[in-house]
Amino acid sequence: MNSVRALLFRDMRLATRAGGSAMLALAFFAAVAALVPLGVGADLKLLGRIAGGMLWVAAILAALLSLDRIFQADYEDGSLDLIALSPLSLEASAAAKIAAHWLTTGLPLTLLSPVLGLLFNLPEQGYVALIASLALGTPAASAIGAIGAGLTLAVRRGGVILPLIVLPLLAPAVIFGAGAVLSALDGLANGALWLVAAFSLAAVLLAPFAAAAAVRLNLAS
Amino acid sequence: MSELTALSTNALACTRGQKLVFRDLGFAISAGNALAVEGPNGAGKTSLLRLIAGFLAPAAGTIRLRTKSGEIEDGEERGKFIGWLGHSDGVKPQLSVFENLKFFAELYGAQSPIDPALEEVGLARLRDLPGQYLSAGQKKRLALARLKLSNRPLWLMDEPLASLDASGKKLAANLVTAHCASGGIVIAATHEPLGIECEKLALGAA
Repeated sequence: MNSVRALLFRDMRLATRAGGSAMLALAFFAAVAALVPLGVGADLKLLGRIAGGMLWVAAILAALLSLDRIFQADYEDGSLDLIALSPLSLEASAAAKIAAHWLTTGLPLTLLSPVLGLLFNLPEQGYVALIASLALGTPAASAIGAIGAGLTLAVRRGGVILPLIVLPLLAPAVIFGAGAVLSALDGLANGALWLVAAFSLAAVLLAPFAAAAAVRLNLAS
Repeated sequence: MSELTALSTNALACTRGQKLVFRDLGFAISAGNALAVEGPNGAGKTSLLRLIAGFLAPAAGTIRLRTKSGEIEDGEERGKFIGWLGHSDGVKPQLSVFENLKFFAELYGAQSPIDPALEEVGLARLRDLPGQYLSAGQKKRLALARLKLSNRPLWLMDEPLASLDASGKKLAANLVTAHCASGGIVIAATHEPLGIECEKLALGAA
């Protein structure tokens, strides 16, 4: 348990230190979200309707930005060999790394989302659904992202291929997440939130195994 | 120090990208000894270390660890006996020297304190300096401290003397000697003499 905590805190420290990915993701999220109203125009009613979908897409893209760091940096400087030989199984290491990634990107993105909701003139009944769907859905981005990061580990400029692998797999989260916000706006029963939660749960439970298998494959090359 | 008593390989072969690196490699080494693996570039020194560590699967042959409680052939199980000093130093530029070492000590469940280990490799003065300002030799010293703290019986060292100065080389030799004296095994891939009494294994050019 100490080993898991050590890896978790170390990855979080690396993400939040100078040059880390946490602030980068937040800034990217804010920048994309600020651009959309400029492109769409000052149709407040329209902006309010698309707020959920646009913020979800922006959040997923922002989370993707830092995904390659989950394993890549450790692979390049040899730390991953040492982590693989440690008492922790690679599965547990992958789980700790996924958790660290979510705590430094998914969670801050979720916390920032209501502020960006204001930019979109999101009606007040939409905020709870927006925050809840992002809080429940962004762990899936970190988890599925870790699989992609493991697979593209040894690929030069793997960070470019990574979104191509990960984005299609994250489509369900975006569909249900944005859907949850729309249902809330229309005052409908919110089943989509449960689907986001179920998708995320499955991803978080299975991803460490898949990511560990991918890393193992790449360490052997 | 450990319950590891010997390591042996039998008819070991290694291929990298369809190309045979070496074959029919058999050697044995028992606790308390060091083995220097020598050979020209491309002879398979690093590949041999990665085979033993269990990262690579042998194309043929077996690697066996003998412990007081039985024999181990499985690669991942073998990994729990191994202290790794790789070609890359694994030092994070954003973390201080102390944080770098503390992380791996915690990851490996090491009981020994961090500061004396830094003192031993001559980095106590740089304790709070971020890793990015370390020279290649200082990073290697940090890696040596990490290796010692890992408290593993079988040390695999890839070019342990590279980029070390004269006192650093002496330090590395002393650490290896002490590790062997306490019943450990050291296998080092190297181009230069380790500066200690040890067995030698020559790998031919591929």
